[in-house]
Amino acid sequence: MANNIAPPVLSLRSASLAYGTRRLWHDLDLDVRPGEFLAVLGPNGTGKTSLLKTILGQERLSEGTITFLGQPVGRGNRRIGYIPQQKLFEQGTPLRARDLIAFGVNGHRWGLPVSSQTVREHVDRVLAAVGATDYAAAPVATLSGGEQQRIRVGQAIAGNPRLLLCDEPLLSLDLHHQRGVSELIDAQRQALGTAVVFVTHDVNPVLSFVDRVLYLAGGRFRIGTPDEVLRSEVLSEMYDTPVEVIRSRGRIVVLGTPEEPGVHDHLDTGIGRSHP
Amino acid sequence: MNPLDNQDLWSQIFGFANYGELLVLVRNSIIAGAVLGVVGGLIGPFIMMRDLAFAVHGVSELSFAGASAALLFGVNVLAGSMVGSMLAALLIGVFGARARERNSIIAVLMPFGLGLGILFLALNKGRSANKFGLLTGQIVSVDNPQLAMLTAISIVVILGLLIMWRPLTFASIDADVAQARGVPVTTLAVVFMVLLGLATAVSIQVVGALLVLSLLVTPAAAAMRVTSSPVLTPLLSVVFAVTSIVGGILLALGGGLPISPYVTTISFLIYVVCRIIGARRAKTGAIGRLGVAAGRVSNR
Repeated sequence: MANNIAPPVLSLRSASLAYGTRRLWHDLDLDVRPGEFLAVLGPNGTGKTSLLKTILGQERLSEGTITFLGQPVGRGNRRIGYIPQQKLFEQGTPLRARDLIAFGVNGHRWGLPVSSQTVREHVDRVLAAVGATDYAAAPVATLSGGEQQRIRVGQAIAGNPRLLLCDEPLLSLDLHHQRGVSELIDAQRQALGTAVVFVTHDVNPVLSFVDRVLYLAGGRFRIGTPDEVLRSEVLSEMYDTPVEVIRSRGRIVVLGTPEEPGVHDHLDTGIGRSHP
Repeated sequence: MNPLDNQDLWSQIFGFANYGELLVLVRNSIIAGAVLGVVGGLIGPFIMMRDLAFAVHGVSELSFAGASAALLFGVNVLAGSMVGSMLAALLIGVFGARARERNSIIAVLMPFGLGLGILFLALNKGRSANKFGLLTGQIVSVDNPQLAMLTAISIVVILGLLIMWRPLTFASIDADVAQARGVPVTTLAVVFMVLLGLATAVSIQVVGALLVLSLLVTPAAAAMRVTSSPVLTPLLSVVFAVTSIVGGILLALGGGLPISPYVTTISFLIYVVCRIIGARRAKTGAIGRLGVAAGRVSNR
């Protein structure tokens, strides 16, 4: 899937992130190529979301460099699409689904929220692409969680980004919507070669799309294909404790990570949400 | 003599003797009211989206303190009111980025502002009607220079809002994504607080510090009950705000009461009606969905 000849969309060199004495990760070298799907895995508090924030220029690396399309990252970038964790819109929010998608095109522009004919047509196409035409004019707060998340994907891809940053976009969605939303993200990547950095605690919903995995745990990291990284001996070494990775019917379950139960871990979601 | 004799009470609340002559006297107030209605109606939806209703109250109490200090020291009341509200708006804007911190800062500022205001009023040996007016509103106080200043400040607020409208809406409903797309979220927040401070300061001149919410928040809250259109919401909110305040002034004219009970009652009634309409619509089905059933099926 990933184009190995094209210059990387995103590059990190000797990148480290620390808060005071607490070092989240260090010496991270990473290139994300156009069309590549990178899943960022690992327990809570290992700096997965912080990685996205450094790419968005909202947090600074303590060491090293990070470039997007060859340029040092600035504060926000319109060539980056960002899909946050699901956060339901407040009841009474005076916006419809289509208004939210239009923000992905021109939300940064000054003035009144009047869109040109071109923008409106583009928004119509995006609505169709994310399967939201039926509720285009519905107030966003009346939509279900899955529908709202589809709109967020639409908003993120509406600006034709070169890179999609997804922060647990499937959290609290049911299986059906998990599949729907991840397929939308994959479709965008296929059609336009958008690179995807996908932070998740459960790799299974996106496993078939993932090119490479960045696994963060215990201040260490591993990068490689799912087959290279998601193995018992690799994770055991990272966690410094015996960890077992089980593959069953195309799903991956990680057993024995030293974490408080229920906080993250592949086991909870892996088994709790397994297909019937 | 019973002061609450029915006939008397009624004529004290609604009186229309010599109405035409009185109308001329309050011409300035009606114009001021209409301008403030536009300001309140436009800024209201943002106050709601940014969850700042309580902040408006906090800003208005400090604004009241500033105004009563100005009254005591014999300087321009509007200027004093603006100093107070700016200070409050900036404090809340800078230290209250998160909702919880913001609420505690407001809760700390509010009684302090009110207490300070009461202190200045108590020290003031002047006419008591004027002083009371700062809290509950007054209609005969707007002279020509004041009207000019009030209008000028209102125009600044309205222009500021029109320029920032789209990115401010984006930042208000989804700050994280807006920031990711390069919207200057923090700057917008501070500028918005300044505009809110200005809007509060001018509103206090007519409706009084205690009831500013009825002008800046209630109309928008009512509009958001009946529409989700980003265009219709501010328009309705402006119509509601102007109706409340101009209607309130016109009704208050005949009776001998302050204008605030009239303004707040109209504004409240509009809200109640909008709530009922909104609730009925919610019952009859989701708004704005094409083929609800079909949509649901295709999503399953």
